[in-house]
Amino acid sequence: MTGLDVVIGLLGLIAVGAALMVAVTRQLVHAALWLVVCLAAVAGCFLVLTAEFLAWVQVLIYVGAIVVILLFGLMLTRAPIGPVTDLSRPRRLLAGTVAVAVGAVIVTALLMAFGGATIDLSGAPQGDATTTGTVIFRAWVLPFEIISLLLLSALVGAIALSRASGDEVDS
Amino acid sequence: MTPALAAILVPALAALVGLTALGRSRRAAAVAVGGALVTFAVTAGTAIANVVDGVADSASYGLIPNGTAPMQVALRLDGLSATVAIMVAAVALAVQIYSVSYLGGDPRYPSYAALISLFTAAMMLVVHADDLIILLIGWEVMGICSYFLVAHHWELRDARRAGVKAFLVTRIGDIAFMFGIFGLGLGSGTFRISDLELLVGDDLMAGNTLTVVTLLLLAGVVGKSAQLPLQVWLPDAMAGPTPVSALIHAATMVAAGVFLVARLYDVFLAAPATLAVLAVIAAITMLGAALAALVQPDIKRVLAYSTISQLAYMLAALGVQAYEAGMFHLITHGAFKALLFLAAGALIHVVGTNLLPEMGGLRRIMPVTFVTMTIGLAALIGIPPFSGFFSKEAIFVGAEEAIHDGSAATAWVPWFVLVVAMITVTVTAAYATRLWLLAFFGTRSAPAQPHEVGWTMRGPLVVLATATVGLGVIGLRNDWFPAWLDRLTFTVEPAGITDLVPAEATLLAPGLVTSIASLVLAAIGAGLTYLSWRRTTADPARLLGRLEPVLDRGFGVDSLYDRIVVRPARRIAAATLVADRDVVGAAVTGSGTVSQRLGAAVRRSQDGDLQRYLTVLLAGTVLVIVAAWIAAGT
Amino acid sequence: MHLAVPLVIASALFAIGVYAVLARRNAVLVLMGVELMLNAVNLLLVAFDVYLRDTLHTGQALTLFVITIAAAEIGLGLAIVLAVFRGSATIDLDLLRTLADHDDGPDHDGPDHDAPDADEDHDTTIGRQAQRSGSPP
Repeated sequence: MTGLDVVIGLLGLIAVGAALMVAVTRQLVHAALWLVVCLAAVAGCFLVLTAEFLAWVQVLIYVGAIVVILLFGLMLTRAPIGPVTDLSRPRRLLAGTVAVAVGAVIVTALLMAFGGATIDLSGAPQGDATTTGTVIFRAWVLPFEIISLLLLSALVGAIALSRASGDEVDS
Repeated sequence: MTPALAAILVPALAALVGLTALGRSRRAAAVAVGGALVTFAVTAGTAIANVVDGVADSASYGLIPNGTAPMQVALRLDGLSATVAIMVAAVALAVQIYSVSYLGGDPRYPSYAALISLFTAAMMLVVHADDLIILLIGWEVMGICSYFLVAHHWELRDARRAGVKAFLVTRIGDIAFMFGIFGLGLGSGTFRISDLELLVGDDLMAGNTLTVVTLLLLAGVVGKSAQLPLQVWLPDAMAGPTPVSALIHAATMVAAGVFLVARLYDVFLAAPATLAVLAVIAAITMLGAALAALVQPDIKRVLAYSTISQLAYMLAALGVQAYEAGMFHLITHGAFKALLFLAAGALIHVVGTNLLPEMGGLRRIMPVTFVTMTIGLAALIGIPPFSGFFSKEAIFVGAEEAIHDGSAATAWVPWFVLVVAMITVTVTAAYATRLWLLAFFGTRSAPAQPHEVGWTMRGPLVVLATATVGLGVIGLRNDWFPAWLDRLTFTVEPAGITDLVPAEATLLAPGLVTSIASLVLAAIGAGLTYLSWRRTTADPARLLGRLEPVLDRGFGVDSLYDRIVVRPARRIAAATLVADRDVVGAAVTGSGTVSQRLGAAVRRSQDGDLQRYLTVLLAGTVLVIVAAWIAAGT
Repeated sequence: MHLAVPLVIASALFAIGVYAVLARRNAVLVLMGVELMLNAVNLLLVAFDVYLRDTLHTGQALTLFVITIAAAEIGLGLAIVLAVFRGSATIDLDLLRTLADHDDGPDHDGPDHDAPDADEDHDTTIGRQAQRSGSPP
């Protein structure tokens, strides 16, 4: 059990704990904030794993953009501020069981396959900007372009959705 | 083309061509009468060749193997078939000519004429068949044709019911008949009649088995020839057109039963118990039918019961081993009964009703019909010199001989037959006289068309009357009719089986004692009727008082059958209907309902709750993974 | 370090994400659950990339792409949620039952036709909270 294990373990605990809060808290806005904590912790994990570029991308986009959009969504749908009773449905038990089962399956499969492996983190960092940029614009340039097209279509789609439903409501 | 094949194919072809003439009565008439004419020519030629030379021919046109005894499409021509064939062809020709004017205005005449041709072909097939299965085919085709023809006026309820009744009752006999044929064929290893005749000499099969088999065959005979207990269909079948009654119910189809016994006579001779049973049944039927004929108001029903009675005479003769006498009566009866039916048809045509009490005094209006019908009735009663006298006397002589020749065990059977036959002569004379008096004498009825019938209807009457007069003489010499029947003179290939010696030809001349006795009894019967008629010019049958309704209903046999067969069958049919509707039908609709309810039940899970859908989906996926793990692990 | 640690963390995150998707009534919170799941996947990808010392850095590239797609998805997802909100005045998944199949046929449920009812529920919910918290919504 090296020091890195401990660090990543702590970060992981924070992430899991925050995720749990996202899943069970009764206050809607608090859920979004707990999500921020979780995502930040995951970014920390990335850092420990020497994937620096990804860690900052994670913070920028996930924490910076996505959570903000989620907060906007909560606001525009008039989510109540303060605790809401019955926020989770009564059939939580089944959902919980299924979630636990899914987790168990995944963890078992992974541990059975890679349980004893160790990551060798000595040497050059695997995920610094140079390396990542080089690999993206050389080996992964085609998916990169396609992804940008996808972003464009998502943008157009979101606008179309907003306008269409707006027209419907007005008429 | 052997004459046998021609005699079958020509009327069949006429029937087929007749189907193209549906809706065109003139063409249908031409085809039907033409076909009947050609058939008559062929059979007449064969009969003449038989008289001159004797014909004996058997040809097989194909073998149908079936795992056990093979069936052969075999036809045979011998004295018996030639003699009966010409009778059938002659009556068929007479009926076809008669029908042209009797049913001329009927829109369904073409199909009727085609069916008569088909019927003739089927009867020819029975007469010429040398294989039991081929005979059965002709037998059944006759049955279905008779159904169609009896129910010709199917818009009348009586006709429909009569057709169904005729078909079903003969069917009951036919089922036992079929089993008899199977037993005979499979037990002896061959269905071919020529082979069976030869095998009988070599101890065909165990005695008891043979008796059972022949009794089954007898059931078919009893059904077709309308004897007790299956005689109930024939009086009701009079609902069909009169020419149909003349052809089918007087001369041909009902004679097929008698013909069968004659054709398989060697087999029957090997089972004397069956012949005894036949004789007793025939004797009882003889008298019962004659008594029933005494009170019928419908002229055709009188003739129907009379047919049953006369058929019983023939079968009784065969039962007491008076083979030639029975066949002699078959031929003469064919002539005079056809004559009587056609003449009755003429009467009905003119008066417009079947009922005797409403006729009367017709002898002045219809002289030709009067004379010919009188000749026919005289033959029926058995008055010399008409043919009926000779054939009936031949039967009495045969019975007498059987009494002398017979073994002690069954000696009472010919006695019984002789006594009952004599009594029946009286009753026959009585009902014949009643018919004659009520129709032609007495107060004149007011017929719609007060004139004699046309020549197409009179012609056949005259021809048949001539035959009735003339046929009596053919039995007088040994080398005439008995020799024509050609019993047991069959040569068969391969060589090695010698000619069988012809049975000694029975003399068919009338015996003195029986002749006088029968004439006296006939005179008594006729005289009693005449006196009753003089007493009351209404129906003399009234005088029978309380006995009349019993006799009118045929001794209640019909109502008995109605109670023990028809009503239970109807109840079973109703129950089957209910079962089909409520059980089978309900199961079918039920499966639909069950599917719908299942669907509704499953649909309840589709309540729009997306998260629950996902939950179940994921749970299922996890389960599948775990199961795959476990399966891979073990 | 042991590879097992990031693996366990990722699995736990994934399980919690599943729970959030399956058990939350508010549609936006369901989207948050989806984000949790995506993060778990990202963590796995990066961990394996580093473990395998992939020269093409497949894991990291894919993680980048996943983050991008997540962004696109959340944009569209929220557009849809807002559209639903405009149509039915609620994003409570328990009340959005338009996918239901009824014996008399589809489209017999769903707040579109029951707009007054939905508002009622919504108001009741809000009303209850107002009583609880005492603070203006």
